[in-house]
Amino acid sequence: MPHSYPALSAEQKKELSDIALRIVAPGKGILAADESVGSMAKRLSQIGVENTEENRRLYRQVLFSADDRVKKCIGGVIFFHETLYQKDDNGVPFIRTIQDKGIVVGIKVDKGVVPLAGTDGETTTQGLDGLSERCAQYKKDGADFAKWRCVLKISERTPSALAILENANVLARYASICQQNGIVPIVEPEILPDGDHDLKRCQYVTEKVLAAVYKALSDHHVYLEGTLLKPNMVTPGHACPIKYTPEEIAMATVTALRRTVPPAVPGVTFLSGGQSEEEASFNLNAINRCPLPRPWALTFSYGRALQASALNAWRGQRDNAGAATEEFIKRAEVNGLAAQGKYEGSGEDGGAAAQSLYIANHAY
Amino acid sequence: MAHRFPALTQEQKKELSEIAQSIVANGKGILAADESVGTMGNRLQRIKVENTEENRRQFREILFSVDSSINQSIGGVILFHETLYQKDSQGKLFRNILKEKGIVVGIKLDQGGAPLAGTNKETTIQGLDGLSERCAQYKKDGVDFGKWRAVLRIADQCPSSLAIQENANALARYASICQQNGLVPIVEPEVIPDGDHDLEHCQYVTEKVLAAVYKALNDHHVYLEGTLLKPNMVTAGHACTKKYTPEQVAMATVTALHRTVPAAVPGICFLSGGMSEEDATLNLNAINLCPLPKPWKLSFSYGRALLQTRRQPRRLL
Repeated sequence: MPHSYPALSAEQKKELSDIALRIVAPGKGILAADESVGSMAKRLSQIGVENTEENRRLYRQVLFSADDRVKKCIGGVIFFHETLYQKDDNGVPFIRTIQDKGIVVGIKVDKGVVPLAGTDGETTTQGLDGLSERCAQYKKDGADFAKWRCVLKISERTPSALAILENANVLARYASICQQNGIVPIVEPEILPDGDHDLKRCQYVTEKVLAAVYKALSDHHVYLEGTLLKPNMVTPGHACPIKYTPEEIAMATVTALRRTVPPAVPGVTFLSGGQSEEEASFNLNAINRCPLPRPWALTFSYGRALQASALNAWRGQRDNAGAATEEFIKRAEVNGLAAQGKYEGSGEDGGAAAQSLYIANHAY
Repeated sequence: MAHRFPALTQEQKKELSEIAQSIVANGKGILAADESVGTMGNRLQRIKVENTEENRRQFREILFSVDSSINQSIGGVILFHETLYQKDSQGKLFRNILKEKGIVVGIKLDQGGAPLAGTNKETTIQGLDGLSERCAQYKKDGVDFGKWRAVLRIADQCPSSLAIQENANALARYASICQQNGLVPIVEPEVIPDGDHDLEHCQYVTEKVLAAVYKALNDHHVYLEGTLLKPNMVTAGHACTKKYTPEQVAMATVTALHRTVPAAVPGICFLSGGMSEEDATLNLNAINLCPLPKPWKLSFSYGRALLQTRRQPRRLL
């Protein structure tokens, strides 16, 4: 083995580690507002709004005009490229509004999934070309963390060894390049909830996937203290007839993480993956009340599960903007509590909060 | 990916997990008294005692005849095969003496090193043949954990990827077989301190080795909650001119573990690897005082570092 060639200086490591810790400070999580143009099309069509750049700007404005109440529960916001350069009605760049609230700005850097030939519909994720230059530019423009989503699915013969290996490797390359440019990589190996598999099967697959991810990160000399993990919670497939409690989901999730995620990783920010707003909060809360020792922060990086009510309240009408923002703040505060195991439940039934946000085969 | 085929039942997992936890409960550690006949030869020769079975028996009798309060600091003892079947002067089996003191009995399972051709004198470890049957017999004979020592060294081109891969794989096979037979495997990937490398280099190598070990354990479906890790502390090579404090050793060690050892592993019992008794204890203390979060118990599995002093008085007889 050759002598080590340090990938990062001590100063670079400290900067990355500080950023990561700020994002997952106690009671804080991430707003994933990085829906691509294609994903936004789906969201907006559900509320009968046309998918124009202006409408996308107006919608993000609803979220970003939240008042200081979000300071204590939102540690980071993930942007889509377009949004990073958009401004509010007063000409203030969204980036600045977010940074002024002491929230860390992040950017989605992957370029979507592409098929893996010879597999049963499995994919890898592209975006490595020119990634270093893009990261350097994003860092100049105010971003301090990035996100890259890989997708795996459970079926009779998947995820295959190739899919696991390839996605783990591409995540590790992305992470390494980010860190070289002062950007904290959020590593997202999502295992989709599509299918009728039970909780145990999801746990087994999650453990295999995460073990491969952390081996790849080690092989690529990634500085774990300067990363975050964005995994799926361990849940049964959507079509599984067995129902599980939040406590069972919590136990399966925390067990899987304990077996694979080194304690050096400062935080685990779960994706909501189509869970309803309420489910995502209850499950996160149960995870933080799980009796097993948990050496990392366990918090949220929610897109749909933070925005569903807000989107519904807005419906594209400027007059509804204030009420919509309130809906978002409410979910943010609830999840901030859940990230500490302090959420007692709203007692609300139905409404957007309880509707499942599952989209079959969610690519974007 | 095929549907998973559970390696262990719930009951098997519970038993393994309970054994592992009882070994490292409340700050307890392990006495490694499993020196092979050859190694005992080295030890006894230094105090000018002949290496006979009887002398080895007498020496172990000294260790095991301490009073029961020893069970507050010793959770497990690793025996060599011969010793498992030896008795004290009153005819009582050593393993029963230990069990009555509430100490878990373990057995060395590997059968020594074998060279890896095409490498710079690197080795793998033998002992997998018939291992399942041996484990089953040991379990019947009162043993509840096993130990298997893989050796890696730092030198030019070492440890090579092959050495890391092969030793990690052998450790994982051994661990899997142990668990099938109700034995908790202690996983020992020792990076030896020979050489003039500095602390940082040892840390780098230790991280690579442990990452490979835990990937292999995962690949082999080993139940981590029913294992223990026996690693080297991260130290500079013996011939390194730079000196480090226990705090530096502690920080380098815990950082390396932090980056590689999942929280599910209940305990980490360091080997002493030729450190003096004093250094081994000072370093372990510093490790436990290290400010980084430590989700596993951090304890000892010491041979020489517990036994050095015990051996000296005999010289005067």
